[in-house]
Amino acid sequence: MTVVTQEAGAPFGAAPPSGDSAIVTAGLTKRFRGGQIAVDTLDLAVPRGSVFGFLGPNGSGKTTTIRMLLGLVSPTEGEYSVLGLPQAQALPKVGALVEGPAFYPYLSGAANLTRFDAADPTARGGTAKRRIAEALERVGLSAAAGKRYRNYSLGMRQRLSIAAALLGPRELLILDEPTNGLDPQGTREVRTLVKEIAADGTTVFVSSHLLAEVEQMCTHAAIMRTGKLVAQGTIASLSSGLVTRIRVETPDADDAARVLTETGLADVRAEGREVTAELGGHAPERVNAALVGKGVAVRGLAVVRPSLEDVFVGLTGEGFDVDG
Amino acid sequence: MSTGDGATSGATPARGTTPASEAGSAARTASGVATATATGAASDVGAATAAGAASAAGTGGATTATLGRRTPGLVPVTETMRTSERHPPEPPPSSSSDGDRERDAAPRGATRAVWAFWRLLGSELRLTFRRPRNLAMLAVLALVPVVVGVALRIAGGSGGPGDEMGGIIADVAGNSLMLTFVSFSFLVLLLMPVAVSVVAGDSIAGEAGGGTLRYLLAAPAGRTRLLVVKYLNAVVYAYAVTAVVALSALVTGVVLFPAGDVTLLSGTTISFAEGLVRIAIAVGYVGAGMAALAAIALAVSTFTEVPIGAIAGTLVLVIVCQVLRAIPDLDVIAPYLLPTWFTNFDAVLRSPIDTGALGEGLLAFGAYIALFGSIAWARFSGKDITS
Repeated sequence: MTVVTQEAGAPFGAAPPSGDSAIVTAGLTKRFRGGQIAVDTLDLAVPRGSVFGFLGPNGSGKTTTIRMLLGLVSPTEGEYSVLGLPQAQALPKVGALVEGPAFYPYLSGAANLTRFDAADPTARGGTAKRRIAEALERVGLSAAAGKRYRNYSLGMRQRLSIAAALLGPRELLILDEPTNGLDPQGTREVRTLVKEIAADGTTVFVSSHLLAEVEQMCTHAAIMRTGKLVAQGTIASLSSGLVTRIRVETPDADDAARVLTETGLADVRAEGREVTAELGGHAPERVNAALVGKGVAVRGLAVVRPSLEDVFVGLTGEGFDVDG
Repeated sequence: MSTGDGATSGATPARGTTPASEAGSAARTASGVATATATGAASDVGAATAAGAASAAGTGGATTATLGRRTPGLVPVTETMRTSERHPPEPPPSSSSDGDRERDAAPRGATRAVWAFWRLLGSELRLTFRRPRNLAMLAVLALVPVVVGVALRIAGGSGGPGDEMGGIIADVAGNSLMLTFVSFSFLVLLLMPVAVSVVAGDSIAGEAGGGTLRYLLAAPAGRTRLLVVKYLNAVVYAYAVTAVVALSALVTGVVLFPAGDVTLLSGTTISFAEGLVRIAIAVGYVGAGMAALAAIALAVSTFTEVPIGAIAGTLVLVIVCQVLRAIPDLDVIAPYLLPTWFTNFDAVLRSPIDTGALGEGLLAFGAYIALFGSIAWARFSGKDITS
């Protein structure tokens, strides 16, 4: 079952079956009034159980995509399916954080969660107290439960919105920039929490403009650029198009370069005291043995795997705010 | 540069769970293949989760070990229960129980939906009636009949009848119940509409402006459901406003002026109890008028993300209507203006009650509610929520 624009339950047609995917979109497009295309024929497939990083610079259409998935914005064209269910049945199983926290400033943290829990038609009022206490405990806000939201710090606000996303048993968590406004400690805590939630079998869809963050948390990723999907797949498969290199630190750079070429490594480059080359099929320890055997003083040796940033640069020809 | 060397970054858990077989497939063509293989990985994760607390504790221990020290924030995995352990009494939300739930969903689902609707309405009412601003408006409205009553008492005590005001003073001074009607006629044209517009105009625009609308709809509150709840909430507040004015006027009247039989506008006299019934009818009528105004405010509210804009817009509409009504040449359009019908509550002071005037007024209110309710629904159900 699939959601086509606002109507529930229409068949999908040629799109892939959604049974094994938490999110599927086919040709999803959003053109805002004024002609600006925010999302352009997006074909996304988020496997169930994955931690899926949704990457892209600010303004690349990530949030608009998330808003469409949550039924807040209706697509101009295309189809999407969340958990393979009609929207009204899917959303109660989806916890979401969209574009930062938004709560009632004059209510306490717990009262705010009660409010949003009451909006969910499938949530039971009888268990609300327990579920809210658990969600607050999970994000470490139990002590501030009775404090007014107005007096929360930015980090506490962010945590409260994660707690709101964890109010019920969820099959899918959509987190839009979950570490925005968090200090490094908070960022690491969110990462731990995401891994923990994923370990419970929940699919996590995290949007971010921080490449390093996605690389550390995610099993899969998709890269957006100006509304278009540039690439998607497992983190490993995304990097597989790029070559792994070996890096040798040595005072005898010229000798090392010669030995590496003799050993059969391609694209040998020497820069100062550092020599790099494509590793290809060679075992790094054999390369090291060859170097040492030829009398090259090896101070350091490392295998450099391509990072997501390299993938991004390779795909788009431009970088973007790596550390935000 | 975030290029890590293999010795360290190759060992992150995220990579560890990725099957090595996937590494070869090209990124762009991978979606189908990746989906299939990754589901394998997902079910592996699921199996691992189901395998028991022993392994969970193991990985948890590892997590804590790598974290090193305790932090006051998010609690590491060992210190909180897992989701599966947290919800033993509730049936699992997914997979296995779905079939069972759907089978007997028809009756249970319906009652559940009704309860959920009342729960949301209750939440809305709590929000409205605990908000200091809304309570302050009720307090001000409660104060006005007291001020009017005291002023009339002083005027009635000192000056004799003679001018135009003398009639009202004589009426009120003659009977305590009349203060209610006098208060209504003072408040119904501006102050009560202000209070109702604030609550109803804020209803959607306020949530949109604060950003809470997106979370309510993602919950999912349901657009039509939320709109109905918002309107019912505004109607309850409209009646609260009306009732507060009536009660305050009644109490003030009974304290300051003699209770007893009431002499109506037509000269006939009714008992005090009968007078109370007529006040109740007037409250019902004026409340309905305010509910019609709330429908306008709600419709305006769906067009903006600035609550003050929706409130001001509605009030401008009310004031323009008053101005148009004041122009004698425009008498023709007066019946189409909502405020024209607000003052028809004085029909209960006729003998017998002028049900024709009340009926016409209620019909006008109904038409306004239907029209602006439809506009609100048409706008809100298809609106892109970008706030």
